Amino acid sequence: MINSRTIKVDYLARVEGEGALYVHIKDGQVADVKLKIFEPPRFFEAFLRGRGFAEVPDITARICGICPIAYQMSAVHALEDAFGVKVDGQLRALRRLVYCGEWVASHSLHILMLHAPDFLGYEDAIRMAKDHPEVVQRGLRLKKTGNEIMSLIGGREVHPINVRVGGFYKVPAKNQFVEIRERIKRARDEALENLRWVSTLPFPEFEQDYEFVALRHPEEYPFNEGRLVSNKGLDISARAFDENFAEEHVSHSNALHCVLKGRGAYLVGPAARYSINFDKLSPLAQEAAREAGLSEVCRNPFQSIIVRSVEVLYAFDEALRIINNYEPPEQPAVKIEPKAATGYACTEAPRGTLYHCYRVDERGLIIDARIIPPTSQNQKTIENDLWQLVPQQIDLPETELTWRCEQAVRNYDPCISCATHFLRLDIERD
Amino acid sequence: MSRRRKPKLAVWKFASCDGCQLSLLACEDELLAVAGELEIAYFLEASRATVKGPYDLSLVEGSITTPHDAERIREVRRQSKHLVTIGACATAGGIQALRNFRDVQDFIQIVYATPAYISTLEKSTPIADHVRVDFELRGCPINKQQLLEVISAFLGGRKPNTPAHSVCVECKQRGTVCVMVAHGTPCLGPVTHAGCGAICPAYDRGCYGCFGPKETPNLYSLGRGMVALGMNPDELDRAIHSFNAYPHPFRGFDPDRLHGTGSPHDRDND
Repeated sequence: MINSRTIKVDYLARVEGEGALYVHIKDGQVADVKLKIFEPPRFFEAFLRGRGFAEVPDITARICGICPIAYQMSAVHALEDAFGVKVDGQLRALRRLVYCGEWVASHSLHILMLHAPDFLGYEDAIRMAKDHPEVVQRGLRLKKTGNEIMSLIGGREVHPINVRVGGFYKVPAKNQFVEIRERIKRARDEALENLRWVSTLPFPEFEQDYEFVALRHPEEYPFNEGRLVSNKGLDISARAFDENFAEEHVSHSNALHCVLKGRGAYLVGPAARYSINFDKLSPLAQEAAREAGLSEVCRNPFQSIIVRSVEVLYAFDEALRIINNYEPPEQPAVKIEPKAATGYACTEAPRGTLYHCYRVDERGLIIDARIIPPTSQNQKTIENDLWQLVPQQIDLPETELTWRCEQAVRNYDPCISCATHFLRLDIERD
Repeated sequence: MSRRRKPKLAVWKFASCDGCQLSLLACEDELLAVAGELEIAYFLEASRATVKGPYDLSLVEGSITTPHDAERIREVRRQSKHLVTIGACATAGGIQALRNFRDVQDFIQIVYATPAYISTLEKSTPIADHVRVDFELRGCPINKQQLLEVISAFLGGRKPNTPAHSVCVECKQRGTVCVMVAHGTPCLGPVTHAGCGAICPAYDRGCYGCFGPKETPNLYSLGRGMVALGMNPDELDRAIHSFNAYPHPFRGFDPDRLHGTGSPHDRDND
């Protein structure tokens, strides 16, 4: 007798954007896994053509309301690469600072509002807040402080207006940091408490031998610069991205997956960044990670919630370091002379490496744009996790197994809004 | 003693970046208070628990771009006592409405390998083109204080207080010196709907129109001023055709008419 079960989640909740999940089980074996993306396409690469280079950071921000700074940062670095411009000193530091704000805001949202409820069996954070009010309120305070950093540097938290190719429109005066510095200090203490709390959540035993891919910089935990490296031998510049990565059509899926040529699925995001760059975290963050029971490499995707909490702590620590060393630069931006060229950049979005490539003409108009967001890169790995996880948990009742699968998808904080504009959707036709 | 039933809130997403519904989660100080006044009945970004309709208040983010979504919005309307659209995608078609000026097939071929599989409409359109909308909240993204005002107004059974004047008024309220007059920086503030709080001029840049056209803007008069400041007409055309390209009169803006005989006071309603 064939015993067939289907786990079906038509609208995945607590993810950004619209996706669905199908797992087909036949005779106790996983027969099919599909992470479906049905977010409507928005055609960013198409309408970027013919736009002026200066418009690109404002336009690409609109790909994602949760990580607009990541889109702005990858865009400005790719265009500066094209024009042969290097932005350094305090302007470079301010870019790290605004990125710290986005990591905090995005990670705190995911940790408390989207992910933690799964571990404790709540449908959402609002229900969780009834039993754990102090935990949720602390999470909201962390998120708010991240948003305040983004607003101070960027003008507002969603689609910030102050980032430009070459630097910023306006840089803050030193005294604008006086109040926020105190709030960040308090938030750093609360980030430590949050990390301790998160480490007490129940984690399923589930480890995978991932190929981690993240930026690595000789001196610092990566945001905007570094080489793209992996724990299995990859070590390239952003310029070599296309030579090393390929989009692969997988027959069981409705979307193209980005894979490492000749090696297959890989993982980007907090766990990859952490596992490759543990030695570059601040001493405070390293010590707190160890205390939280995390080893220097994290192979359990459910523990990504701990890694995000470590990165929140690090981001506050780094923000304080930047603010303490801040001296306003003389000019808010480096002068840009457009020329015909192609530029490439990877930066570390909260969800992982975000690749941008632009071909520009001599007037500075975009001829061609290519954007590969982290969620697209993780799709195959998310599905691989489910192929491994479902057999392990197959005796769970239907509703619990479904919930566990959803949780496994949410381990990646997938941003489907980001992924869609590039994913090549196809419709299953029987 | 029985308490009055809490109104049921639903949040819906169509083609968008998620940023406007995120604004609700970004109300860190007010979120739990809002949850105390309303039953969050359907909000997938926040909860896997869903409660069946009808809903007292539906917040709708995103534009209509697929045949499926054109059907879905009708169902949302049917289930909603009040329907409020939030953000430039829902109120104006969003940045993805740039396809409306081109052949969408060209766009599909640029982005997708197997164009035949893409199910999309020729145009990205605002929700109000499909169903009756009770209130439109502008912005790319919306201002979260304005969102709270809209929700509070709904709870109080009154009209939301969201001023319809231009960004210029907000600069004056904020005490920002006019970037166009003082620094010669081209600025869309005079033709742009208020609501953001005039952020860009406070950061030494011109407004780029993310709240869309205010009522009866004089685009050509401003356009001639911006060109006089040295802005290239193509650049001006792109500035107007970006985040709110589809609503009138931004839709019909034509830089070739800048040098025409139009009176400086003409009102453009093409």
